[in-house]
Amino acid sequence: MTTPTPVPSPQPLGPLVEVRDLVKHYAGERRWFGLGRAQADVRAVDGVSFAISGGKTLGLVGESGSGKTTVGRTMLRLQEPTSGSMLFDGNEVFALDSGALRALRRRMQIVFQDPYSSLNPRMTVEETLREPLEIHGLNGAVPALLDEVGLDAAFAKRYPHELSGGQRQRVGIARALSVEPQFIVCDEPVSALDVSVQAQVLNLLADLQTKRRLTYLFIAHDLAVVRHIADDVAVMYLGKIVERAPAAEIYAQPRHPYTTALLSAVPAPHPRASKQRIVLSGDIPSPAHPPSGCPFHPRCPHPKKSERCRTDPPPLRPITPGHLAACHYAEDPM
Amino acid sequence: MTLGTWLALALAVVLAAECVRALRQRGLRQERWRRFFRHRTTSWGLGILVFLALVAVAAPLIAPFDPNRQLDIVYLKNHPPSWTFLLGTDVLSRDVWSRAVYGARVSLGIGALGALMAVSLGTLVGAIAGYYQRWVDAVLMRGVDVGLALPRIFILLMAVALWDGLPFAALVIAIGLTSWFGTSRLVRAEVMSLREQDFVVAARALGAQTGRIIFRHVLPNAAAPIIVSAALGVGNVLLLEASLSFLGIGIKPPDPTWGNMIADNAPSIYTAPWSTVVPGLAISLVVMSLNAVADGVQDALDPREREPA
Amino acid sequence: MTTPPAPNGAVLLRVRDLKTYFVTEQGKGTARAVDDVSFDLYAGETLGIVGESGCGKTVTSLSILRLIPEPPGHILPGSLIEFDGNNLLALPLPQLRAVRGNQIAMIFQEPMTSLNPVFTVGDQIAEAAIIHQHLSRGAARARAIEMLRLVGIPDPDERVDHYPHQLSGGMRQRVMIAMALVCHPKVLIADEPTTALDVTIQAQILELLDRLQRELGMAVLLITHDLGVVAGHADRVVVMYAGRVVETAPTDALFARPMHPYTEGLLAAVPRIDAPRSRLHAIPGQVPAATAWPTGCRFHPRCPYAWEKCAAQEPPLLETGVAGHTARCWLVTEPERRQAKR
Repeated sequence: MTTPTPVPSPQPLGPLVEVRDLVKHYAGERRWFGLGRAQADVRAVDGVSFAISGGKTLGLVGESGSGKTTVGRTMLRLQEPTSGSMLFDGNEVFALDSGALRALRRRMQIVFQDPYSSLNPRMTVEETLREPLEIHGLNGAVPALLDEVGLDAAFAKRYPHELSGGQRQRVGIARALSVEPQFIVCDEPVSALDVSVQAQVLNLLADLQTKRRLTYLFIAHDLAVVRHIADDVAVMYLGKIVERAPAAEIYAQPRHPYTTALLSAVPAPHPRASKQRIVLSGDIPSPAHPPSGCPFHPRCPHPKKSERCRTDPPPLRPITPGHLAACHYAEDPM
Repeated sequence: MTLGTWLALALAVVLAAECVRALRQRGLRQERWRRFFRHRTTSWGLGILVFLALVAVAAPLIAPFDPNRQLDIVYLKNHPPSWTFLLGTDVLSRDVWSRAVYGARVSLGIGALGALMAVSLGTLVGAIAGYYQRWVDAVLMRGVDVGLALPRIFILLMAVALWDGLPFAALVIAIGLTSWFGTSRLVRAEVMSLREQDFVVAARALGAQTGRIIFRHVLPNAAAPIIVSAALGVGNVLLLEASLSFLGIGIKPPDPTWGNMIADNAPSIYTAPWSTVVPGLAISLVVMSLNAVADGVQDALDPREREPA
Repeated sequence: MTTPPAPNGAVLLRVRDLKTYFVTEQGKGTARAVDDVSFDLYAGETLGIVGESGCGKTVTSLSILRLIPEPPGHILPGSLIEFDGNNLLALPLPQLRAVRGNQIAMIFQEPMTSLNPVFTVGDQIAEAAIIHQHLSRGAARARAIEMLRLVGIPDPDERVDHYPHQLSGGMRQRVMIAMALVCHPKVLIADEPTTALDVTIQAQILELLDRLQRELGMAVLLITHDLGVVAGHADRVVVMYAGRVVETAPTDALFARPMHPYTEGLLAAVPRIDAPRSRLHAIPGQVPAATAWPTGCRFHPRCPYAWEKCAAQEPPLLETGVAGHTARCWLVTEPERRQAKR
């Protein structure tokens, strides 16, 4: 049952991961035993495109309803997309049959947010780490994996409930690494951890990236966390990307009012920092009922907000080279 | 009762107690066993079940009389309990104790096998429906709905009428085929929620095949409702068997089952209560013990995860 | 809001030597979740209690209103929680109930599980008014609408009849705040009120709490693991680790010059937007289990400065010379030892 090791192309001609117009809609419920009129579709992901080069990290940031987790899962076909394309090293992932997909799965992995539900409570750490090796017929060694994520070999015989959140998260990372992937979707891997443990795990992820030349899609809701690991950042709101730029630029000069608001809403551990806070009014709209025109317009604090924002959805366009924003007034940021 | 049978009985009691004690020793080292034995009742339940199983297996050694032998229909009919007839005799002057001992074989056998079959079928159907969802789920669950709506006794009556009496194996199969619907519902619910858990998604992301996911990841974590179902199932099957015997469509006489003992002796319940109370108590004892053990198994399998405060 | 209240402001709540222990499954010993905690809460101020999981901050807040389940937990005698002249821990139950929700109110982290799904939000807010102020149904409903308006919920006369599942997370948290404030309590205990919310909603709720505190003049005990929240919204801060208070200080002083190595480590570990991309400083090791606190200073196994005295003798809370700033660390008396070894 050995799977031949898929060899990555020696000279990647383009980015390792490329997503184009990814769309994921959930059909609205139908009442009356499935015979009535369908209610509105939930447009979880509504046309998302980006590319990640080998060895780099794209930070995907957003709040509830932004669709960021759905993007991560549909890219790996853990949920079937509605439309769009995902190119991994030149392969069209959405067009693969199950056999080819299984082979490709080795190269694209995922680390989950919740350390308490991401490990099978009935399997020891060793069994959890051995399983992917068995599935793909690999010759890995469990102690080496544990060592790589900073866990003592004694942890192999333990069950998940005997480990702390940070330790479980490390096991989850080891599991993803066991198949020697090139690309890892990190779905909010540190959101559920304490500050000091968060720092440890972030450092671990950064170290692993350098050592194994990994490519990351780092999904998070915390812009501060993303700052420490991302090369490029994309901000999502209600299923669309509203701004995308290299990390340094987006923090120095955000061009979309939502990004500005997000940056200012992050509580900074500095007493003076709160004075300039922009507090948005209203709730995050539900993806089932997105506002007309620009999805952000009901809450937008931009002084130039106009009627055009209400009727005309702004396209995601380049403002300066490499820096895209979906705002009619992006040249004039707040 | 002869000396030999007394010895055999005493041996069964001692062995059961030893068995429980040995398992408790395990509890000192393994946390699962310790959780299993947390409640007193579990130990008693386990002990009683082991004892009854031993009695059933060693029936020829323990029972002093042939269970079908009518000892003296004139003078020994409905004889109250005495030293010779430990639990008295029944309406046909057969020794109640011996019949109970041999009856244990049949009743426990039907109970265990019938429940095993029902739980296996229910788990299989429930897991498939819960995992694949959509039309597979819809079709299977509508089938279950139909099954739940059918009156079991009538189906079994029909089966008996068609086959002119049911041998042991057929009875087990018939009971098994009509008792799995509730379990499938429970398992389906559990599987549907487990399916969305991150560790199952992780297994898919790693490239695991569906079979491995279901048997290695989903079902072991769905064990709790399955085990409880099984324990309650045995009780239900026992009672079902008793009902069938009462209606005269169970195991053919003169072979004893606890159910047909009750049925045969019901008319003399006021004059010779022992002949009905003994098998009735036996059934109750098994059901209660099974529930106690199922409690223990649930505790053992579900570690309470202590999340950080 | 960044200047600490004057020391002659009245002390509303005084906690002294609080110890709350939990009995664990056999063989694992007693979990000493809160192990001798003392602090004061002054009128009108916001006191932040900061710490990570397992430090005892939530158990502390639950102990104040005696909401700890009696087995397996118990508050040891010798603990004192003084409010309004009474020791809350010694108060008979009827009188304690008169304090709960009325004079001291509490809001929790998860608004979905803290609100009863089968009652309307109006009913739940009105309940406190009916119990404590003996208002009639009609008057209580009017009060509920008033509270909904106060916490910034639009269309309160409609929303009062909505059920919790019809509201978003931020709205539910506002409802919880409304429930807590109905009787104008003197003290509001907020246990991680924004942790489960999105960042932009978190900012709204924190701003709301600030405004309400000013308008109603109450004292707030703000419990959180987020140093940023504390920096922006607390007047004074108490840092907890391993069941004890390790540092107390006015907010500015704490962030300007943290005295305890744990506080220092926490501040260094927090990811910052304004910092360039770099490796985060991580505190090595992990929080010890509450059943086995280390001997001596509880932080010493993870401390970069520790020396022999730290393992042998637990320091008391020592004055640092700055007003209101104390720290449980020998470095306060021996500052020359402040050279990181690891």
